[in-house]
Amino acid sequence: MSDLSKLTIAAARDALRKGDTTAVELTESCLSEIDAADALGAFVHKTPEIALEQAKAADARIKAGDAPAMCGIPLGIKDLFCTKGVASQAASGILEGFTPEYESTVSQNLFDNGAVMLGKLNMDEFAMGSSNETSVYGNAVNPWKVDDRQLTPGGSSGGSASAVAADLCLAATGTDTGGSIRQPAAFTGITGLKPTYGRCSRWGVVAFASSLDQAGPMTKSVRDAAIMLQAMAGHDPKDSTSADFPLPDFEAALTGDIKGKKIGIPKEYRMDGMPAEIEKLWQDGAAMLRDAGAEIVDITLPHTKYALPAYYVIAPAEASSNLARYDGVRYGHRAKLAAGDGIDQMYEKTRAEGFGPEVQRRVMIGTYVLSAGFYDAYYNRARKVRALIKRDFDTVFADGIDAILTPATPSPAFGLGEMTDADPVEMYLNDVFTVTVNLAGLPGISVPAGMSAEGLPLGLQLIGRPWAEDDLLNTAYALENAAGFVSKPAKWW
Amino acid sequence: MSIDIDTARRVAHLARIAVEEDDLPALAGELSNILTFMEQLNEVDVEGVEPMTSVTPMRLKRREDVVTDGDQAEKVLSNAPDAREGFFAVPKVVE
Repeated sequence: MSDLSKLTIAAARDALRKGDTTAVELTESCLSEIDAADALGAFVHKTPEIALEQAKAADARIKAGDAPAMCGIPLGIKDLFCTKGVASQAASGILEGFTPEYESTVSQNLFDNGAVMLGKLNMDEFAMGSSNETSVYGNAVNPWKVDDRQLTPGGSSGGSASAVAADLCLAATGTDTGGSIRQPAAFTGITGLKPTYGRCSRWGVVAFASSLDQAGPMTKSVRDAAIMLQAMAGHDPKDSTSADFPLPDFEAALTGDIKGKKIGIPKEYRMDGMPAEIEKLWQDGAAMLRDAGAEIVDITLPHTKYALPAYYVIAPAEASSNLARYDGVRYGHRAKLAAGDGIDQMYEKTRAEGFGPEVQRRVMIGTYVLSAGFYDAYYNRARKVRALIKRDFDTVFADGIDAILTPATPSPAFGLGEMTDADPVEMYLNDVFTVTVNLAGLPGISVPAGMSAEGLPLGLQLIGRPWAEDDLLNTAYALENAAGFVSKPAKWW
Repeated sequence: MSIDIDTARRVAHLARIAVEEDDLPALAGELSNILTFMEQLNEVDVEGVEPMTSVTPMRLKRREDVVTDGDQAEKVLSNAPDAREGFFAVPKVVE
């Protein structure tokens, strides 16, 4: 079997079970693709020894007839997940040399299901960014190209998106605080699912904004997202916000039948200056769902406009608290001190050297909005607005809407470096369609649905009811079937 | 709300991030722009709205108050930049 690394999880699972291939063969195929793809900057710590050992164990398990769906499936793991004995840096200089003594719950769940880890994937530093340009490892690059320019794979899960789109692995883990799974998935023509807040344990995932962070799968199909979520999710006593609900069978929900489902089209997502091709993609997506038997309903989410400013108060506030732990004492980098430097100089120099500019900016913004005298004006007000944003969604779902269709991003992938001189706020606008979902704790999925005029993938986002990923995945499956997106980037790396 | 250089210096110190004096004006400008963006929130009528504390309406789990882990000082210290005799070592704090 050739081109094993191009397989979907579902196809690989079936081939493994039939004995048409082995986990070792699959893994070797991915490892050779990875070694030939350094130009993409996707894999930043390669773990071939671990991968082959896990693959051998998976083959034994498959032979014994005890094989969960993810058994023997080679994955990339975002650098934000702590992996035992393997560098886990959150793409930051401040965690240089950090090798955890423990395994994150999500990666452990995947390994318990027999999955194989090929290595760690590039990302924006501490998941703060929308272009993978804030990484201490350097940029991850989008495998899609239309001219000489190198394009961003999006961020923060840019390495994950690049690796999956370029067939370096069958799928990857991502995390999503404001759009960090869905935006890169849209930029690279793959599927990315952010589950309901609490569906996947956050334990062992380096924290950015704890009330918004969620891990999720980044895959080559909606079916793969269903299979992989099944293995990642579940209650974890070590994360008190992880939900203690039984998991539905996500793959079994994929019937493709969405007759009678009500799909909301929120008018507030029709932004001023929205490119015509994004508008058209959105209308085409609505038409596809209508043709599949769904009812398209105009809805209103009146506080949408305030989601980004609320997010950029709440996320940095939580980040400034979470990142206080990087002090040069317990792990990672410590600055060289001058004679007479005390502990404050140690903290200040360590953090100035270890954090990149975007992380420093957000930590300081967070510090400011939480400081005495400003806490009510910024932080508490943002949390009140967040309650209103969630109420908007509660209202439309109570009115019978099953899912909401929006664009995933305001544009296709842009060039690396093109936003360097832009105001930070301009970069933040990348998340305009995705942050509402994190603020309201809802599941959201980005599905590749079309191509831009110049030949880059575009994604549509579906937003679901809390804890109804099964229903959301089924709607996404119907959209995927109708859109029939099969394009792949031409190999240049 | 615009941030002056003194405020930028104070915020940097509160965040324990060393910022060179020469870099403070640019930092103050960046922070001011971001805060201006946030000020849109003042348009929203939040009268009577409770600030969100938890996005999912669930009670936090309770558990028995018992020790479930421990006795791994070596592992805890294994990543420390400076660990000595079973402790984290830092510059002198008390004269």
